[in-house]
Amino acid sequence: MSKVKRILSRNAVPILFAIVCLLGVFYANRPFQFLLMEIVKRMARNSFLVLSLIIPVVAGMGLNFGIVLGALAGQIALILSTHWEWAGIGGLALTALLATPLAVLFGTLAGLVLNKAKGREMITSMVMGFFANGVYQFIFLFLVGTLIPFDNPALRISTSPGLRNTVDLTRVRGVLDNIWTVQYGFTKIPIVTFLVIALLAVAIWAFFKTKLGQDFRAVGQDRHIASVAGIQTDRNRVLAIVFSTVLAAWGQIIFLQNIGTLNTYNSHEQVGTFAIAALLIGGASVTRATIGQALMGTFLFHVLFVVSPSAGQTIFGSAQVGEYFRVFVAYGIIAISLALHAWRGKSLGKASMEEDVSA
Amino acid sequence: MSVPVLEMKKISKSFYGTQVLKDIDLRVNAGEIHCLVGENGAGKSTLMNILFGMSVITDTGGYEGDLLVNGDHVAFDSPKAAIGAGIGMVHQEFMLLPGFTVTENIKLNRESTKPNLFSRVLGKKLETLDRKQMAADAKAALDKLGMNIEEWVTVAGLPVGYLQFVEIAREIDKQNLQLLVLDEPTAVLTESEAEQFLDVVRRLAKSGISILFITHRLDEVMAVADAITILKDGELVQSGPTQEFTIAQIAELMVGRKVDTSARLGAEQAREGKKKVLEIRDLRVDMPGERLRGIDLDVYEGEILGIGGLAGHGKIALANGIMGLYPSRGQVRYEGTEVPLNNPRKALDLGLAFVSEDRRGVGLVLEDSIANNIVLTSMQTQDKFLKPGPLKLKDQKQITAHALESIKRFDIRCTGPDQIVRRLSGGNQQKVCLARAFTQNPRLFFVSEPTRGIDVGAKSRVLELIVELNRMGVTVVITSSELAELRSISDRIAIIYEGRLSGILPPDAPDVEYGLLMAGKSLEEVEIGERPSK
Amino acid sequence: MKDRVSKVYHGFGLPRLIISAFLLTLIIVAAGTELSVPGLLSDALVRIGQNGIYVLAMVPSIQAGAGLNFGLPLGVIAGMVGVLVSMENSLLGLGGFAVALLVAIPLGVVAGYLYSLLLNRVAGQEMMVGTYVGFSIVAGMCIFWLMAPFKNPALIWPVGGQGLRVTLTLADTFGGTLNNFLNVKLFGLTIPTGLLLFYALLAFLLWLFLRSKPGVAMEVVGRNPRFAVASGLNINAYRSVGITLSTVLAAVGYVVYAQSFGFAQLYNGPLMTAFPAVAAVLIGGASTREAKVRHAVIGVVLFQTLLTVAMPVTNQLIEGNISEIARVIVSNGMILYALTRVTGGEQA
Repeated sequence: MSKVKRILSRNAVPILFAIVCLLGVFYANRPFQFLLMEIVKRMARNSFLVLSLIIPVVAGMGLNFGIVLGALAGQIALILSTHWEWAGIGGLALTALLATPLAVLFGTLAGLVLNKAKGREMITSMVMGFFANGVYQFIFLFLVGTLIPFDNPALRISTSPGLRNTVDLTRVRGVLDNIWTVQYGFTKIPIVTFLVIALLAVAIWAFFKTKLGQDFRAVGQDRHIASVAGIQTDRNRVLAIVFSTVLAAWGQIIFLQNIGTLNTYNSHEQVGTFAIAALLIGGASVTRATIGQALMGTFLFHVLFVVSPSAGQTIFGSAQVGEYFRVFVAYGIIAISLALHAWRGKSLGKASMEEDVSA
Repeated sequence: MSVPVLEMKKISKSFYGTQVLKDIDLRVNAGEIHCLVGENGAGKSTLMNILFGMSVITDTGGYEGDLLVNGDHVAFDSPKAAIGAGIGMVHQEFMLLPGFTVTENIKLNRESTKPNLFSRVLGKKLETLDRKQMAADAKAALDKLGMNIEEWVTVAGLPVGYLQFVEIAREIDKQNLQLLVLDEPTAVLTESEAEQFLDVVRRLAKSGISILFITHRLDEVMAVADAITILKDGELVQSGPTQEFTIAQIAELMVGRKVDTSARLGAEQAREGKKKVLEIRDLRVDMPGERLRGIDLDVYEGEILGIGGLAGHGKIALANGIMGLYPSRGQVRYEGTEVPLNNPRKALDLGLAFVSEDRRGVGLVLEDSIANNIVLTSMQTQDKFLKPGPLKLKDQKQITAHALESIKRFDIRCTGPDQIVRRLSGGNQQKVCLARAFTQNPRLFFVSEPTRGIDVGAKSRVLELIVELNRMGVTVVITSSELAELRSISDRIAIIYEGRLSGILPPDAPDVEYGLLMAGKSLEEVEIGERPSK
Repeated sequence: MKDRVSKVYHGFGLPRLIISAFLLTLIIVAAGTELSVPGLLSDALVRIGQNGIYVLAMVPSIQAGAGLNFGLPLGVIAGMVGVLVSMENSLLGLGGFAVALLVAIPLGVVAGYLYSLLLNRVAGQEMMVGTYVGFSIVAGMCIFWLMAPFKNPALIWPVGGQGLRVTLTLADTFGGTLNNFLNVKLFGLTIPTGLLLFYALLAFLLWLFLRSKPGVAMEVVGRNPRFAVASGLNINAYRSVGITLSTVLAAVGYVVYAQSFGFAQLYNGPLMTAFPAVAAVLIGGASTREAKVRHAVIGVVLFQTLLTVAMPVTNQLIEGNISEIARVIVSNGMILYALTRVTGGEQA
């Protein structure tokens, strides 16, 4: 009995969202095949990005709003690979390879900045994301074609500076997804993409069984104690952010090969918010995140995403309501998680004091 | 005689010209339990920092004297070097990760690993943890202590009393451990846990590991120590086998000092016929590390009452509790009216003022000016320094005038009333605190550790100011770790032991009586017991 | 003399001197192009008055120890409701403006007080929680705008649509009321006297409050809560005062902004309002722990002038409209800098 209760209370968030999703599915009244197709597509697209958030959480740096930097690295690599006309799965792999050093560089910079903002990592990483976005836009909207000579009709219109607003990724569109698909009704299941996601999940799991993973966990629990034990905390924190950034870069490449077009100036904007919301809906918190929570959260969040407009149409007579509702949920869940985290942090201090009184 | 495991010879250390250690000798033999005792500020931690090559020492010009381990000269430039030489330390605060298991904590950053496919390419850091081996090591270390702790439980789930043992297990798991430093390990333990702990310490010593045991609890010292070293004010007072000491002697040696008590002689008589201004009944204060467990005490009008005792026994909590800064229970009456507890505002409104022992944390707004620090409390509680009118705007002219006057009166060395207090020296900061309290025109004045961390010149000025305030008719309750200071200005001195009143003494009572009260013996025992000649 | 120079220098600070020098250079450059310098400066004046109150709103929040108020959209939405209620009733001119304020202020008080109750429970994490509470409220209000019971055809979508329009024009109600009040033209410069007077009045009132007994108490609470407790002050109460005041200023700020801008942008319009305001107060010399009215005023003048003057000038050199991107880079860069700066060393 108490065990059931514990499982319920520990998973209160995903259970609550599962209920909301079920209601949504009921009111949306869309055919099962449609839902399945949408969910499979979105899971394949987004899971990798959500998984990239886990390592910094375990290393005690909270939710890495800075995965936007990784997404940017992925996009820059894609822009270049489009320019050089890399194609096929080989081209995509090469793109990922090209994104890696960029992501390592961005991640290192981000990690160094975050080490200067200990205790304020999340807001700093968020602002850093906005800042990096500004610089990215400055480069690709202004410098490219003016100061940086760049002439490629696929990427820019020669009459105005900057890249096109949307870039067709014809050469790599679906190259990962389509290696091997299994048809189920209307749904094409991209087996290889899911294998890649599974591989990442296993890799993260195995990583936390290594010495370095154990060091990350130790630093995440208490920087001071870890450093007294001789663990290089600052270095480990930078590494954690580098890992996350690199994974986010690859995740963004997988995401975009699935979509097939690059929205040069907005594809990455909501990456952080949506991935973080998905992770939290899975039951993760600022200090605890598991692979299961990431995958469960991605699933629930995207069910909600798919059914909201239709459910909104049924309930309120407006699909728009549903669309706003899902954005509200994304922001709201983050706000609640952050507040609960801070709140608990404060009352923990109080609780330990009260224990003292009774002693 | 065999070579001692650790020998410190003529160790001296100064911080920025202030000598904190002078010619300390310390010798710990193999398998010996050596107790290091001394009041706060006696130099114990500095000595341990030297032993461990901590950066606070190396960054401030190192130390003088010799350090020998097993007869060989050594100089550790980092804790890592000390640990490598077989010296381990259990810290006062727990160094355990709550979310890790006992095993993971014991093996923290010394995990056993085995290579895998990736580690061969990417380096040792990616080797897989060998959890079986780790668990076996942890079990072995715990067994050595005779502890029956499951090595797979997370530390967060263990009772507080067990944490200390996990820490020790971690140290003895280090293969070459030969000297273990225990820094006030029993402070957080209950009596029975402490008992068990001492057993483990004895057991370790028997297995050949030397123990350097730092503690305030003198009965523990007598119970386990083979040898004792007493420090005071950075100097070695006495060192020798335990048999050569009694508890009272140790206490006396820890606190004793030549004192000029003539100033306050006769004050005891003057109290006759004075009325009680403050009656404290069964006051309990929950101040972490300084708990007060029920105390009855009266304060008489116009006196200076000193509150003394060893660190950690609760003397600090008295004023903090009455002023409402820490959760309290009990009854406090001021001139017949009840002082509501846990309500700082009410205490201030009754005319009580407080200068906290935590000068930088509670006593001052460090980023604010001298002038504001002096007037803030009075402005908020007494509506002083405000312009007339409904807006209650602050009256800058009046504030500046008052600040200038205070600076002159208290001899605050500064560039002017607008200077930020963070930039002042400790002594001048303390004078600002006193000025703030004086500005409140208190009738009962609490002051805690008024001279802690300030230079000698400022010390005497601060004490003078307190006496001056007392002469103006203000009753003073002064709390201090420096017994000499209490005895030089107080009319009576109450000694607190383990959260309770141990006894009250006149300032000219012999050192040994103070020593006994601080060690928790009653005055009756003093009368009956050996009263060694002074 | 040397003393005085150094005093001015330290009071004003090096970053602000650099920005001022940069601005001066830009204005000189602008004079050499076909741009109209008085026109640019007139624009700058309008933008200063238009955004100034948002920046003022940062001061009480920082002084009360709650950090930069990233939850600004909360107050903005209170202001929005005020504007909508006034427009719904087709109130014109100063009357419309006043009614908008009369509705916005009590809403701001309620919203700000509730918000402060939350922030008091998450002390230490106010900025992050505030950011996402702000985002959530904006997103939640999107649903409200769709369903809100407004009837005035000027506000709602014409046939076929549902709910309020995305962009409403205030031109027919009270747009520009304040800007055109006592409007003065001088050497080609248009001075929005009413707007600036209103801003100055609020700045003065805030300055006065900070010098009053409760204002001083709030500052003590923000600077050292433990000292404040020992001085008998109720920490949470004064934090609530600061946060509520900040929210109310944001509400008033929105009403003023909308009348000056001439449009009200609903839905995601207020999402990022906090960021330029935060950046401006930091540019003015504030930190996450200390802000004065002076910082807010200097900050908004420098930041908004920079945006209005610098951008057209650079646009002469680089094609395209760069102002939005520059705003993003400058404001986030400034915030990043403030977040990573070691704070006063109070905890070594």
